Amino acid sequence: MKNTFRLEGLACANCAAKMEKAINALDGVSSATVNFMTTKMVIEGEEEKMPAIIASAEKIIMKIEQDVVLKKA
Amino acid sequence: MKKRQWQIIIGAALFTAALIVNPNIAWLQPALFALSYIIVGGSVVWKAIKNIAGGSVFNENFLMSIATIGAFLIGEYPEGVAVMLFYQIGELFQSYAVDQSRKSIAGLMDIRPDYANVLKNGELVRTDPNAVQIGDRIVIKAGEKIPLDGKVIDGSSMIDTSALTGESVPREVEVGSDLLSGCININGVITAEVTKAFGESTASRILDLVENASSKKSNSEQFITKFARYYTPVVVLLAVILAIVPPLVISGASFDDWIYRALSFLVVSCPCALVLSIPLSFFGGIGGASRRGILIKGSNYLEALAQTEIVVFDKTGTLTKGVFNVQEVHAEGISKEALLEYAAYAESYSNHPISLSLKRAYGKEIDSGRISEAEEISGHGVSAMVDGQKVLAGNSKLMENMHIPYDQSTLIGTVVHTAVNGHYIGYIIIADEVKADAAQAIRELKAAGIRQTIMLTGDNKNVGAKVAEELGLDQVYAQLLPGDKVEKLEELFFKKSAKGKLAFVGDGMNDAPVLARADIGIAMGGLGSDAAIEAADIVIMTDEPSKIVTAIKISKKTLKIAYQNSAFAITVKVAVLILVAVGIASMWAAIFADVGVTIIAVLNAFRALNVKNL
Repeated sequence: MKNTFRLEGLACANCAAKMEKAINALDGVSSATVNFMTTKMVIEGEEEKMPAIIASAEKIIMKIEQDVVLKKA
Repeated sequence: MKKRQWQIIIGAALFTAALIVNPNIAWLQPALFALSYIIVGGSVVWKAIKNIAGGSVFNENFLMSIATIGAFLIGEYPEGVAVMLFYQIGELFQSYAVDQSRKSIAGLMDIRPDYANVLKNGELVRTDPNAVQIGDRIVIKAGEKIPLDGKVIDGSSMIDTSALTGESVPREVEVGSDLLSGCININGVITAEVTKAFGESTASRILDLVENASSKKSNSEQFITKFARYYTPVVVLLAVILAIVPPLVISGASFDDWIYRALSFLVVSCPCALVLSIPLSFFGGIGGASRRGILIKGSNYLEALAQTEIVVFDKTGTLTKGVFNVQEVHAEGISKEALLEYAAYAESYSNHPISLSLKRAYGKEIDSGRISEAEEISGHGVSAMVDGQKVLAGNSKLMENMHIPYDQSTLIGTVVHTAVNGHYIGYIIIADEVKADAAQAIRELKAAGIRQTIMLTGDNKNVGAKVAEELGLDQVYAQLLPGDKVEKLEELFFKKSAKGKLAFVGDGMNDAPVLARADIGIAMGGLGSDAAIEAADIVIMTDEPSKIVTAIKISKKTLKIAYQNSAFAITVKVAVLILVAVGIASMWAAIFADVGVTIIAVLNAFRALNVKNL
């Protein structure tokens, strides 16, 4: 299952890399990319774990860059 | 954004004031410095505190806060404020640059339609393209963007496809022509029936593809993010050691001096310039390429392209047009025109591609009253009565069967021997034509450093060898069945060096396995062909093989910029770290290593976007 989000206000390329690494390490995620240039995040993973994955991903993003607003694309 | 600019301006003014005020009033200078610091850097410190509360310590806000507060504590007020001030200027510049780059790509890819004029009960209704359904009728007026893929059912016009193909010559469309979304209708009014929903239409698919391309990361980007992951902690650790160890070990060394050096380390420890400049370059390269009608589906493919050593081509439809045409008319005893006329008339009842090409070459209307008793002799040719004379047209087997002596020299292509009343009157050669820019493409590939150009074809050896010679290809493998092509490609892998890449160029129609097997699969003629877009890593929207050279040049330029940036940033940072450690460079040099490097790297990355003259 694939989910795409926009990270509005994503301002730091290194932070995007950090987010990507942390989200990829989450349980049930098969692949996650955070694209700094397009401010797009794509998470692929197991369907039943998706709500938990998205909740954790949001926490990770907030921890690394507080000004980012997560929007479903 | 505005707020941040004002903060910087007011902060900078106070900072300048602090530098020039009368130093005799003891409290004034520190007060001005403190005030400007709060205005410029307050938000950074606040973010750092929030981050720590949130459980994440090591980020640039924290490092900058520690460096500047530390500078204040050891009495280096100007440095403390300057670090913060320039850091903020750098950040502002960075976000401006990234914004600009995002916008210019969006501008380059200005193919997203805003509305569609849907025809409902004889009236035009402006509709969101997303809401238009397959089978709806839409009207596209002059100057409007075609919103969805469709078929023309009324009207004719010229269409500007340059946003998709980079091709400036307009195309003509009339009733029955396919329309592709993202193109612009230049003059006439056309009505079309929608054939694809918005999400499946060409414009959406291309935008999606280009947007997602930078998610597939290049090796250089992976290297630099990995580097950044270790760089910051290492520099911070060194800073701590620098602050504590030398003052304890070296006699007479002061804590203030070494803490100053340690704080300078912290200023240099931010990796953002490095991490930003690489994806920024690739983003520019991919965006620029798409403007030239070359879709690259990932940064990794753009990178691999620069390392290509072998380019393998499919023949038909890639290097040749895939359209059969009369190449040579060799008449014996009569005029060329007469030979062509006899052959075209004899073959006029057939719909075989050979017959069609003969009729095309003849060019005049066929008067069916002149023909009788037309008969197809399967596998051999045709026989017909033309103007009361018995005409035979076909291959050498036909001539042999009818015991007609004919020209037996080795000929390349499909040969149509012709005889009238048992007399041989000559032959016509029909063959596929090479594309206009194919030979130039092969030459330029060589010049661009490609070691070998190879052609694979299912055609016979004579045809293959002739095309290869005409185009200057290094090698040709003929008479291959579709399955053999993958095998052949695998053999060719041994010819490249360990780091070199092999690219396969095909039309994407029936060579999907070969495209997938190559390091880089390039499909030609992608415009309007979903199969090609699906199967390949790089899609050339037009039919021009010379675009492969353009793509390689774009790749090399992008890579050069990416390498320049990483090498420059790493060198400056390491050099400044060393100079700071031995006490030669001040915190001002550290500021340059952070902000200055960022600005230069970003400006350099911007060059990748410009691919006009490649």
